[in-house]
Amino acid sequence: MRGLKLYAIGYLIFLYAPIALLPLFAFNDGTVIAFPLQGFTWKWFAGLATTPALHDAVINSLLIAVTSAILATLLGICAARANARYRFPFKTGILGFIMVPLVLPEIIVGVSLLVVIANIFSMRLSLWTVVLGHTLICMPFAIAILNSAFDNLDASLEEAAVDLGETPWNTFRLVTLPLVMPGIVSSLLISFTISLDEFIIAFFLTGAEPTMPVYIWAQLRFPQSLPIIMALGTILVALSIVLLTVAEIFRRRGLARAGVRDTGGFL
Amino acid sequence: MTGPIIKLDGVHKSYGEVDVLKGIDLDIAEGEFLTLLGPSGCGKTTLLRIIAGFEEVTDGVCLISGRDMAGVPANKRPTNMVFQSYAVFPHLTVAQNVAFGLRRSKLGKAEKAAKVEEALGMVGLGGYGARAAHALSGGQRQRVALARALILEPTVLLLDEPLSALDRKLREQMQSELRRLQRQVGITFILVTHDQEEALIMSDRIAVMFGGRIAQLAPPQELYRRPRTLDVARFIGVMNVLPGEVKEKGPAGIEVRVDGLGRARIEPEQAPSGARIGTGWAGIRPETMSVLFAGEQTDRSVAEGEVAEVTYYGDMTYYDVILDGTDRPLTISMKNLIGREVLERGARTRVSWDARSIVWFGEEAV
Ligand SMILES: Nc1ncnc2c1ncn2[C@@H]1O[C@H](COP(=O)(O)OP(=O)(O)OP(=O)(O)O)[C@@H](O)[C@H]1O
Ligand SMILES: [Mg+2]
Repeated sequence: MRGLKLYAIGYLIFLYAPIALLPLFAFNDGTVIAFPLQGFTWKWFAGLATTPALHDAVINSLLIAVTSAILATLLGICAARANARYRFPFKTGILGFIMVPLVLPEIIVGVSLLVVIANIFSMRLSLWTVVLGHTLICMPFAIAILNSAFDNLDASLEEAAVDLGETPWNTFRLVTLPLVMPGIVSSLLISFTISLDEFIIAFFLTGAEPTMPVYIWAQLRFPQSLPIIMALGTILVALSIVLLTVAEIFRRRGLARAGVRDTGGFL
Repeated sequence: MTGPIIKLDGVHKSYGEVDVLKGIDLDIAEGEFLTLLGPSGCGKTTLLRIIAGFEEVTDGVCLISGRDMAGVPANKRPTNMVFQSYAVFPHLTVAQNVAFGLRRSKLGKAEKAAKVEEALGMVGLGGYGARAAHALSGGQRQRVALARALILEPTVLLLDEPLSALDRKLREQMQSELRRLQRQVGITFILVTHDQEEALIMSDRIAVMFGGRIAQLAPPQELYRRPRTLDVARFIGVMNVLPGEVKEKGPAGIEVRVDGLGRARIEPEQAPSGARIGTGWAGIRPETMSVLFAGEQTDRSVAEGEVAEVTYYGDMTYYDVILDGTDRPLTISMKNLIGREVLERGARTRVSWDARSIVWFGEEAV
């Protein structure tokens, strides 16, 4: 028992200590990333504001993250809906294959996408190719979240709306959508977060315009820009935590609204 | 005289290989309270969903107000449904739920609000309009579902086991309330239930279903007194079933000999029209028989037997009595009147019955 407790504590330290170091050095008044700390400063954060290349990278990343999140969620809605309402041949097999990118090494996904896009379709690498890759890796998460939202929706609610005279489309708009909305928001937020942080696939598929993680990686060669990266990392970690928390809150609210017990989820 | 409001003619329904409905013919009159009664899986819900428009018939026709409903979707039919799960929209308020079907009507805002309040008042939820629907109790949700369906003044209201999720007390209260409401609004109600007592209490007519067929369609009293088949007899209340034999047959009924009960005359309406000379089954209800007490006199038919089991219910006592010369116990129910002793197990007793209450089933398989 005691050993297990020590293991858990050790594990958490190992997991979170490096992340805790980020803000420490982001506010440290010294160019070298080393102890002892030199004193408190905001200048690295100020430095973020005066780096135009970084701004471009952030904008690229935001564009990609928003687009991928929307695409993955839209496709996820279709898949979750089909899964909840229809029976079709090879259903379990198909759903299983959709989930595979969850465990596939990203480098494999990245390389194979690069081969397909660049060599087979001869497309130019751009932000769109990154969107493609990110939509692919966000889909399993989107589908898992949306599946639970759609599964918890009582089919007779939709039938009741039709029975009361509504068309199928209005039924979807007035009943289905509001009831699965928490799941949709949660899926958007998680997909957004995944895309924003993703490096390997972006690295392979981006053209001349780097995404933020790719930009950060490129900057690592210049020691003097490290503290700025630390500042950026601090912001990203804070943002990720906030987004994932909000996503989880929405997912739970959706469950509460549907009146069912929590059956897990990502957090 | 108008025609039936709903007419089902040879309705068949199969899911792949499984035949769920095997030829349903049913005419339902305007303003009638009809109950579909039957054991689980006999196809009650399926039949209701065919009328509502959620399922297509495999064969046969469904007419509502004389109009063929083939190809008419649920949102275009003059029917409304109260679902077993109530299907009250959890993201809306009570008033928004009730007003849901009025969305496309041309009524003004104030008129709609007045109608909603009226409908809520009708089901005893006046003033609940602003409540969130997901915070209601089961009974309240049931009423919201009812108000939501009734506000559209459907030609037919379909109810799929609307009371099965309520506790006993509330269920009994809602049974009489539903009945009162139906008389008040004059809308045709089709109720699905597997509770025979509920069916007897509420209906004008009951259609008893077994295995995708209607076994008997009759008013409650007739169904109870003259069940047509052994299945129906045993599904509605308790029926003692005894082997017997038709001895004579005439225009004024048949003459039978029943194991333990001896010979009896049976009126034509208590027997199938084609009853033939030969063996078959007779039925008699527990309350038409009595356990006689020492010295008690009667002009009814009498036999002797032994009490095999006594079940005391407070107001009633149920005796299982094995008559001499037979081997199956007969259930007899007795009111517990003051001064009437409750017999012990194993006691010898005389039993009397009203021979007019015997029902003949013919040579149906048991
Ligand atoms: N969509 C379907 N696909 C295949 N079989 C079905 C389908 N819907 C119903 N059935 C079958 O049809 C039969 C009758 O179902 P139905 O729901 O009408 O029964 P019921 O009389 O309402 O029973 P209960 O009292 O349990 O509600 C059942 O055996 C059921 O398994
Ligand atoms: Mg049913």
